[in-house]
Amino acid sequence: MVNIRVIPRLDIKGPNLVKGIHLEGLRVLGRPEDFAQYYYEQGADELMYVDVVASLYERNSLHDIISKTARRTFIPLTVGGGIRTIDDIKSVLRAGADKVSLNTAAVRNPTIIREASRKFGSSTIVVAIEAIKQPDGKYLAYVDNGREHTGIEVLSWAKKVEELGAGELIVTSVDNEGTGTGYNIELTKLIAENVSIPVIAHGGPGTLKDFGTVLKDGKADALSVASVLHYDYIKKIEHTMHHRTEGNIEFLKSNRSFQKINPTGITEIKQYLLSNFYECRH
Amino acid sequence: MQALEMKKKVVIIDYDLGNLFSVKLACESVGLNVEISGDKKIIKNADAVILPGVGSFGDAMNNLKQLDLISSLQDFALSGKPLMGVCLGMQLLFTSSEEFGNTQGLNLISGEIRKLRSTIDSPVKVPQIGWNTITSSKVPWLQTPLKNTPANSYMYFVHSFYAAPVNDAVTLTITKYGDNEYCSAIFKDNIFATQFHPEKSTETGVKIYKEWALMNNLI
Repeated sequence: MVNIRVIPRLDIKGPNLVKGIHLEGLRVLGRPEDFAQYYYEQGADELMYVDVVASLYERNSLHDIISKTARRTFIPLTVGGGIRTIDDIKSVLRAGADKVSLNTAAVRNPTIIREASRKFGSSTIVVAIEAIKQPDGKYLAYVDNGREHTGIEVLSWAKKVEELGAGELIVTSVDNEGTGTGYNIELTKLIAENVSIPVIAHGGPGTLKDFGTVLKDGKADALSVASVLHYDYIKKIEHTMHHRTEGNIEFLKSNRSFQKINPTGITEIKQYLLSNFYECRH
Repeated sequence: MQALEMKKKVVIIDYDLGNLFSVKLACESVGLNVEISGDKKIIKNADAVILPGVGSFGDAMNNLKQLDLISSLQDFALSGKPLMGVCLGMQLLFTSSEEFGNTQGLNLISGEIRKLRSTIDSPVKVPQIGWNTITSSKVPWLQTPLKNTPANSYMYFVHSFYAAPVNDAVTLTITKYGDNEYCSAIFKDNIFATQFHPEKSTETGVKIYKEWALMNNLI
């Protein structure tokens, strides 16, 4: 009845698609628009771009990537990273994005959520929550790609964000991100069970069963997927003559420290969901 | 040069609410000549109009009122020229909405806008954000912009409210979400509107703009 969305997440630095572990140690994988196009053709339900360095000097290349993608892919595109003001939101939407994701700006000035959801519609405003588990078991929200501590407890933050008018939440476990050890079920469940807006789980999937677990036990509404898809696409294109990607993919061949990530395509993820009685567009 | 001047013009109504650019990109991809505008004269002279929108019904009607576009849109619909509504733009065509008490709409289609329900037996998140299918109603799709859309196609939805037309004969598609079974597209004379976003529903959705354009000789 409710269709689970599979949302490829593409972290961008300048003109490149990058991927790290724990949101750090970024490696260049290739051109984001090529990956986005491929995921679209494979049945991605939405796309998400995140400008991970969010340097204002690099904005032109981000807008260029958004605009190219929006002209070729007719599914919702969310853009995040470095969006601080209503004007920033407007310019990203004008470049062709459908939604924006806010983190740092929302933490520093929560009223931007209300203002933006009023002006652009709640459904346009996604709030990103990046959480790190503390020694006492609490989850606290971080900003600037998990680098800066805010001292805010994630559940109260999630509820406040919902009240301010956010349309969706993307919840990242910084601890699990890029590791392939699975989504953080405890964190996802904590938030998904206590808000009425959709929760997109992010960070950690390495194998197919991780998707089932975060839906069943974590109560997620949608799946953000990065490494497993990117590595799958790279594996497929490295054999072709038209491999234009100039990324640093040597690390994938060396097969070190990535044993936990099984490259998997969108079609396989959806087949897995369907065979486990989850509905999805197929 | 002459051919360019002859090209039919579609105006996407800009009433300072939501994002119009994805509608524009989809229209352009099927060859439509589109302009985004909130100017009454430009709207009056348009060959067709698209009313998009995300956000709240009340804010939308307020903005239309402030821009003095309510009678422009009503007159345009009465002129018989094609009018297409998308998402909130479909809801605005109705008589009223139960959001914030009772807000009056454009009243081009009789009916009201109601909130999606989540029940104990069928709990669902509201808003509905994501893909859902459209099934056929009693109205055949053959003479409508859905004529080449397969039944049960997936479309992208983002909404908390849905339209309940008084007259079933305008209901073109039906969608189920939890306990809700509602009208997700309407067709009446020159008016066509969808609760879903065809521009965000892959080529299957974009094709609906193409069929609408072809039916109305806009391309």
